[in-house]
Amino acid sequence: MKILVVVKRVTDYEAKLKILPDGTNVDLEGVNMITNPFDEIAVEEALRLKEKHGGEVVVVSVGQASLPTLRSAMAMGADRGILLKTERILDSGMISSLLQKVIKEEQPPFDLVLKGKQSIDDDAAQIAAMLAEKLGWAQVTQAHTVTIQDGKARVVRETDGGLETLETSLPCVITSDLRLNEPRYPSLPGIMKAKTKPVLEKNEDLGAEISQGLVLTKLEWPAGRKAGQMLPDVATLVDKLRNEAKVI
Amino acid sequence: MTVHLIVAELDGAVINKATKCAVAAAQKIPGTCIGLVMGKSVSGADQDFAHYVDKVVVVESENLAARLADSYAQVIGDVAKELKAAYVWAGATAAGKDCMPRVAARLEAAMASDIQEVVNESTFKRPMWAGDIVGTVELKTPIKVVTVRATEFAPAADNKKGSVEKLSMQVAPSKVQFVSLEAVKSERPSLADASVVISGGRGLKGPEGFKQLIEPLADKLNAAIGASRAVCDANWVPNDWQVGQTGKVVAPKLYIAIGISGAIQHVAGMKKSKTIVAINKDPDAPIFKVADYGLVGDAFTLVPELISKI
Repeated sequence: MKILVVVKRVTDYEAKLKILPDGTNVDLEGVNMITNPFDEIAVEEALRLKEKHGGEVVVVSVGQASLPTLRSAMAMGADRGILLKTERILDSGMISSLLQKVIKEEQPPFDLVLKGKQSIDDDAAQIAAMLAEKLGWAQVTQAHTVTIQDGKARVVRETDGGLETLETSLPCVITSDLRLNEPRYPSLPGIMKAKTKPVLEKNEDLGAEISQGLVLTKLEWPAGRKAGQMLPDVATLVDKLRNEAKVI
Repeated sequence: MTVHLIVAELDGAVINKATKCAVAAAQKIPGTCIGLVMGKSVSGADQDFAHYVDKVVVVESENLAARLADSYAQVIGDVAKELKAAYVWAGATAAGKDCMPRVAARLEAAMASDIQEVVNESTFKRPMWAGDIVGTVELKTPIKVVTVRATEFAPAADNKKGSVEKLSMQVAPSKVQFVSLEAVKSERPSLADASVVISGGRGLKGPEGFKQLIEPLADKLNAAIGASRAVCDANWVPNDWQVGQTGKVVAPKLYIAIGISGAIQHVAGMKKSKTIVAINKDPDAPIFKVADYGLVGDAFTLVPELISKI
């Protein structure tokens, strides 16, 4: 089974972020960067599927700066990487088109594309489903468990109303939810080996006529809630809820 | 005239709240609102939706029995083209998140996910970085796809008398088969609709503590139960109880957080609540920065007292 995992380099969720004075981005100076945690779960799932069914795990990422992200996935056990280099800012539509090209060019073809359900920086959750549509493939998002058998994927997914089980033939796109698995830590030999694993660098070639459909124009801090009152006891709380907030 | 296509998500024979909030967002941009109802048989829901929009179109097919992203996206895309829609709107629910990017790809449209504000006809604000930062995005494509965070828009008023039209349309079978749904059955109101939500976190020490404190308080206030990510991950409670940027976003009249420290990603899922109460033994817990009323102390003493006094 040949699996492609899409990984993104994002700001550490524990980082204290600053917005650049012009509001166009967060200030990345000195901020620790990590692999998007949902993508890390996708890498782990790909490795587990490979351990069970054999095959190859390829990781792909966009942007020169993402090389360390590919190396960490390879340190976990992925076999090789593809780095898509670009000077431009790409939106989800452009990235999904770029990934579609990579997937179309691959021989023999991929059986499965795995990706995190969303990135913890832009929280947009668009690329996987856009990619599935462009490829004409099936998709299952927010996977909780994945089982591959007889050329089919059976996926339990997390929905608003409970756990839904879907089945699809391959190839397909699956996105990982938080509880799909617990990603492994890279071993020291794994980290050493990752340094010599092949990374194919490709230049983005979407063409100038394809431009951003979505432009991020400004970042700002949300309107904060004012901190309220600290109360001495339960009786005061009940009184406030009844007579001040009037919510009970 | 600008055409807004609003995709309905059904809750039995009626449209759900997220759909009404999507209508409210669409109404911020002048135009005609057309609702789209899909399913195997949608009797009732189409009539319900007609109270909120200028017109309802209905597509019924065996192949729409389960809400599967590829076949739903096909229908939404085809209807949007047929009606020359400039905007396609839906709630930013699990179903909306699953399907709408496919619709955007089909229509070569840019998409704004999970918006909290309509700034103008092409510009929207949306939470990013787990709600820590608000981003303004501009969509430059002729057709725009937008999903709407329900807690940021009051549901549209039910003051319309839209016509209902059935469209006959070839619907390709999905590449995915629906197998089963392990639905959450609960006597309690759902998290999305409840006017009171009681949430528990790691401070409750274990599933027994969670049950012992949260359930009787929820019973007393006819509240839905929510939880922090940590306790969902630890399997104390079902996953779909998780409140937060990566779980459910709620905005009840009263939100009581018990033993929850208040990580950014949790706060992003509840900060629009009208009144927030926090009970935590750590006086420095970040949850107190967003709470209207805070009580510092042991939940195992304070919560039973609260139950007895309400």
